[in-house]
Amino acid sequence: MSTLHPDEASARRLAGLPTGELPTYPVAPGTGDGSLVDDPAVRAPLVLNNRSFHDITEIVCGYAEKPPGRWWLPTFMMVFTIAQLGGLFIGYLVITGIGAWGMNNAVDWAWDITNFVFWIGIGHAGTLISAILCLLKQKWRTAVNRSAEAMTIFAVICAATFPGIHIGRQWMAWFLFPIPNANAIWPNFKSPLLWDVFAVSTYGTVSALFWYMGMIPDFATLRDRADLRLRRNPEGPRVLPFLPIRTDAVRAYVYGFLALGWRFSSRHWIRYEKAYLILAGISTPLVLSVHSIVSFDFATSVMPGWHTTIFPPYFVAGAIFGGFAMVLLLLIPSRELFPNMKDLITLRHIENMAKILLATGMMVGFAYGMEFFIAWYSANQYEAYLFANVRARGPYAWAYWTMIFCNVVSPQVFWFRWARQTVPVVFVVSFLVTIGMWFERFVIIVTSLHRAFLPGEWHMFWPTAVDIGIFVGSCGVFLTLFLLFLRFLPVFAMAEVKAVLPQASPHHHGNGHGNGHDHGKAGH
Amino acid sequence: MAKNRKVYVTESGEPVYGVIAEFATPADVYHAAEKVRDAGYTKWDVYAPFPIHGIDEAMGQKRTVLPLISAAAAGAGVLGAILMQWWMSGVDYPIVVQGKPYAPWEPFVPITFELGVLFTAFATLIGMLALNGLPRHHHPLLKKERFLAVSDDAFAICIESGDDKFDPDQTRSMLERLGGKHIDLVEGD
Repeated sequence: MSTLHPDEASARRLAGLPTGELPTYPVAPGTGDGSLVDDPAVRAPLVLNNRSFHDITEIVCGYAEKPPGRWWLPTFMMVFTIAQLGGLFIGYLVITGIGAWGMNNAVDWAWDITNFVFWIGIGHAGTLISAILCLLKQKWRTAVNRSAEAMTIFAVICAATFPGIHIGRQWMAWFLFPIPNANAIWPNFKSPLLWDVFAVSTYGTVSALFWYMGMIPDFATLRDRADLRLRRNPEGPRVLPFLPIRTDAVRAYVYGFLALGWRFSSRHWIRYEKAYLILAGISTPLVLSVHSIVSFDFATSVMPGWHTTIFPPYFVAGAIFGGFAMVLLLLIPSRELFPNMKDLITLRHIENMAKILLATGMMVGFAYGMEFFIAWYSANQYEAYLFANVRARGPYAWAYWTMIFCNVVSPQVFWFRWARQTVPVVFVVSFLVTIGMWFERFVIIVTSLHRAFLPGEWHMFWPTAVDIGIFVGSCGVFLTLFLLFLRFLPVFAMAEVKAVLPQASPHHHGNGHGNGHDHGKAGH
Repeated sequence: MAKNRKVYVTESGEPVYGVIAEFATPADVYHAAEKVRDAGYTKWDVYAPFPIHGIDEAMGQKRTVLPLISAAAAGAGVLGAILMQWWMSGVDYPIVVQGKPYAPWEPFVPITFELGVLFTAFATLIGMLALNGLPRHHHPLLKKERFLAVSDDAFAICIESGDDKFDPDQTRSMLERLGGKHIDLVEGD
């Protein structure tokens, strides 16, 4: 087992050798990358390869400072183009009116609200990781919380677009908020649609504040590194060859502005940790409330298939399910593409998230079953008709069974250890779950609307090019923002990752650092 | 203000901010902090790349009032939301919705909750920064090149010249006894 003494790290640094790329050490058989330790007496390492504090800084700051791999720019150009095409479709929709979508008088909510609920649900995994797992003291969250929170905010941005454009007269969107206006009217506070406005805007704002607060110390690290390079070599690389502006000066200025002058004072850290705990504490009920309120949009109506009390917990479980699938979908390629990321996001992280997918998938499956049971048990003929004759056997039965296969059947492979620990299997299941969760919202919304109470109201919904273009465009916006995040922001919460390293404990006195398991004794 | 406080300046006439010492590990800086606390210093600080577990105890730091700020903001958000909804739908623009009362409390619960959370979040972030004296983009410590390593993997204790017990020689020798390395004066204010 190779060792990395802190002096050795300093020596390598002084010699100009990269400390970030060290050879991997042999791992015990049957533990995958070394993190899949089954012995309950041995705590699995959260960070592999005996990384020092400096290694963490080098690895994470390297993503923002060094040019990314060759894949980045073409991928970025592609998704950015898709995002812009989505913008063109939105422009066409605003000019033409929402008749450009495939909706009709019966199915008057379709892909717009499907996409809204799909995206807002995706965000929930980020808040679950950053808030609920924080309160539960799940230390493994530190490897994934920053990127999951970023994903949350980008998903909320995509989600917020859809209610904004589906209102018809988009230039009146400010009427959603209680703003004094010339008509001297106020919004209807008894409507769940207005609750939704407050829930989603609060959720987006609080998530952004939480995300930003977490990044303040990491911005300070990036600032100090740029500052140091600039002091040692004022003639560093320029932004553009003909501009007399140094890249590191821009970094020191921008990261420095965002860091707000953070100087790693412990008196500051104490208040910072308290603030973190308070934000985690209020985000926990917030995340549960948001998708509950989204489900009220449906549950407070009297449509068969919507008017059910199971909706709030069912939606929240589904949101966490779909959100974790998206976290895996984003992080599995990232850890392949970025150097040394596998030391921070280990197989155990993937396995933990696969277990969450299995658990939440079962909850969603239970809710699907319960909907059928209550349709029968309530003796309501409209409800019974919808479930018995429409959902599973009607013209959209293919969508229903796609949903069942993706959300209920496919995660069952995670009962097997090899499936949870085989990254390609986890990736494929996550992809299926993402598709399944989109279809879940489509099935809920469209099957209820297309068979209303009178046969004269029966209409099918088929998407138009504008429907498809705007949805694909929103995926483009999401990936564009995520790629920019990977390129320019601290992708890992460096301070938090350093704090969970074994040598971070004030009771850790070993100088050897030779053994990944020589954790310090428990506190006082 | 303290009476007759000594003001220390360097030979070049720069005011002295304090004396800084580096420590190799979190354990070293933790134990040194306990000793500095016991020596009776009050204006000093431990600098570390991450929050060291239990450092508040080792430094003798009092509990922060931040939760009170957050709680006050939560109360303000809840009260504001109730007043807004009651006045808008009950007083200024009453509309009949499904024959229900104009201003019942039940449908006001979700927005009341959301605004309470929103106000708390802003107050927590802004309150944390205000209590820490941030944003402050200039600081004597940030001018020192060696200090910038704290954002990477260094640990340091800085005792400020504003402390009543501060003495350039005694403070320095105490930090030396505690195992501090690269002990240096910090200039500026």
